[in-house]
Amino acid sequence: MKYLTEFRDGAIARKLADEIRRTATRPWKIMEVCGGQTHSIIRHGIDQLLPSSLQLVHGPGCPVCVTPLELIDRALAIAALPSVVFCSFGDMLRVPGSEKDLFRVKSEGGDVRIVYSPLDAVNLARRNPSKEVVFFGVGFETTAPANAMAIHLAKNEGLRNFSMLVSHVLVPPAIEAIMQSPLNQVQAFLAAGHVCSVMGYWQYPPLAERFHVPIVVTGFEPLDLLEGIRRAVHQLESGRAEVENAYARVVTFEGNRPAQALLSQVFEVTDRAWRGIGVIPQSGWRLSPAYRDFDAELRFEVTGIHTHESPLCRSGDVLRGAIKPTDCPAFGNQCTPRHPLGATMVSSEGACAAYFNYGRFLSADELTHA
Amino acid sequence: MPDAPDFSVWSCPLPLRDYPNIVIGHGGGGKLSAELVEHLFLPAFRNTALADLGDAALLDVPSGRLAFSTDSFVVRPLFFPGGSIGDLSVNGTVNDLAVSGARPLYLSAGFILEEGFPLAELARIVDHMAAAARSAGVTIATGDTKVVEKGHGDGCYINTAGIGVVIDGIDVGPSLARPGDAILVSGFLGDHGMAIMSVREGLEFETAIESDCAPLHEMTAAIFKAAGPAVHAMRDPTRGGLASTLNEIAHASKVGIAIDETALPIRPEVQSACELLGLDPVYVANEGKLVAVVEAAAASAVLEAMRRHPKGRGAAIVGRVTKEHPGLVVARTALGAKRVIPMQIGEQLPRIC
Repeated sequence: MKYLTEFRDGAIARKLADEIRRTATRPWKIMEVCGGQTHSIIRHGIDQLLPSSLQLVHGPGCPVCVTPLELIDRALAIAALPSVVFCSFGDMLRVPGSEKDLFRVKSEGGDVRIVYSPLDAVNLARRNPSKEVVFFGVGFETTAPANAMAIHLAKNEGLRNFSMLVSHVLVPPAIEAIMQSPLNQVQAFLAAGHVCSVMGYWQYPPLAERFHVPIVVTGFEPLDLLEGIRRAVHQLESGRAEVENAYARVVTFEGNRPAQALLSQVFEVTDRAWRGIGVIPQSGWRLSPAYRDFDAELRFEVTGIHTHESPLCRSGDVLRGAIKPTDCPAFGNQCTPRHPLGATMVSSEGACAAYFNYGRFLSADELTHA
Repeated sequence: MPDAPDFSVWSCPLPLRDYPNIVIGHGGGGKLSAELVEHLFLPAFRNTALADLGDAALLDVPSGRLAFSTDSFVVRPLFFPGGSIGDLSVNGTVNDLAVSGARPLYLSAGFILEEGFPLAELARIVDHMAAAARSAGVTIATGDTKVVEKGHGDGCYINTAGIGVVIDGIDVGPSLARPGDAILVSGFLGDHGMAIMSVREGLEFETAIESDCAPLHEMTAAIFKAAGPAVHAMRDPTRGGLASTLNEIAHASKVGIAIDETALPIRPEVQSACELLGLDPVYVANEGKLVAVVEAAAASAVLEAMRRHPKGRGAAIVGRVTKEHPGLVVARTALGAKRVIPMQIGEQLPRIC
């Protein structure tokens, strides 16, 4: 199977879009949970194929975007310490803290490195016993297994100079919080395929039943997304609220059991603050007591963090699906990828950055005739 | 003229053997510097202009317009699949001259070496430069070497500057694109950037992707011969890739650019590696490709000229210049939708997941 061509086939995409158009008789609001899905929708222009009555609402599933500012400020403070090698995935480097970002810390002499896996950071710790190697462990359930493995290895080896700044967040509690919000308009969810590849989708039937909301496990390629939307629309039109798997080539009901076992060993569920949204109960992971020695937050006493959010930024409303990026008065004016006021304008998965980068500062009409 | 020395079997000749690595003295202007020039640079780059060892090279140039360009090379790692900093430093400047409508003639080469850098590696780099200069038909006419203390450089940095003579009747520039023009690229995009990525520390992945590093002067000459003044703008899409080049042309010419995403020649392995890392191939660097903006009537002749060249087999017509949306590059996606391809802020950053 050729994943990059067959799942981007224009003719099949138009067929799916036609079926969606024929099926949708009423306006519907469907939220794609994951930032990777948002990015794909905007990059390929999937929303331009859909009937205007059907609205895709962009969800909170961008790990860079929901990491609390206080934690980013803490990361910046730790990264600036002289004994520390601070490791992070690339797209965290440009996320603005209250005063600066990791690129700036690096230019000021901090040892900040982009790694592609937390296991690379473990290797760095092995090779540099006189340095404290800290990994910035952010993300949803998708990135958690590799982070758990890094911590697990470090503990087994007695690698005392490795630690992790953990800010893991979980999808099901976020769906619950969105559905419980009195302002909620979301009528169906496209669940994040990558998250489900780890966690399965056994957590979703109770949510679908309780809130009477269709949940379709959906992938990231254009045809995956259109198929997810097609199934959601069929459910909405027929009044069903079921969990369906439209990403069966990757996702099973149970998910990756060994990964889940390691996750429940290394992490424990905790309340977690989501940037722009607030604290969602039981919505994150922190290191469990057996691994807490590897918690960078406890290892490094950093003080003097004064968190300051931009009063103009409405990324919280964007992440909750309450407004579109273009509805924010600062979008494209005070807030651009060059001068982001909030994380949704930084990460390539952030809805604001996706809108800006792919030209949604043009009106739909301008774009069509471009 | 005797054959240039073969550095692939290079062993350090006396008296360089005294120091297997660069020492501060190699940049000091004294005996060690002189020995480096005499035993390494002169034999490799041999030519009369350099052999005089004057403070400046004295050159004969044909009459007409001169093209003059400079570029610095700080690539890491120094050797990568398909080339090295040596090839890049020559081809980079040769190509800047070639896409400006010039026949490249002379280069300068400035080396900034880090104390401790192995002389054998320097010899390999110099050998690559000499070979690249030969195949581009340019003379490395003047040079300079400085040595910085250990820890203050990345082994070897190279700056080259180049002079060429603009071909008669040719006038190309980024501000000369006109609505209706066709846009062509000369081959597969993103090879160089992904070849470098594949050997970056911490990211090594198994791939057959090689850098496309190559001189373009023959291809540009063939294009100018085929289409002459119908060629309006030409660039080599190096850092920032095709996207940056097209944005620069759209901005400078105050025109819009519309491209068809499905027409972009991208190797499947480059596309896959980009997807894996969350990168967009239109932003990935090339080192042996050019973008040509030509009158629509000349497009097929230019395409043919590109494809006849061994480095141009993947050439394609990818879009057109429009009156609409001046300053913007808009792509039609495989699904038939539209997206804007903006200028990038900095480097592309691999995504979290």
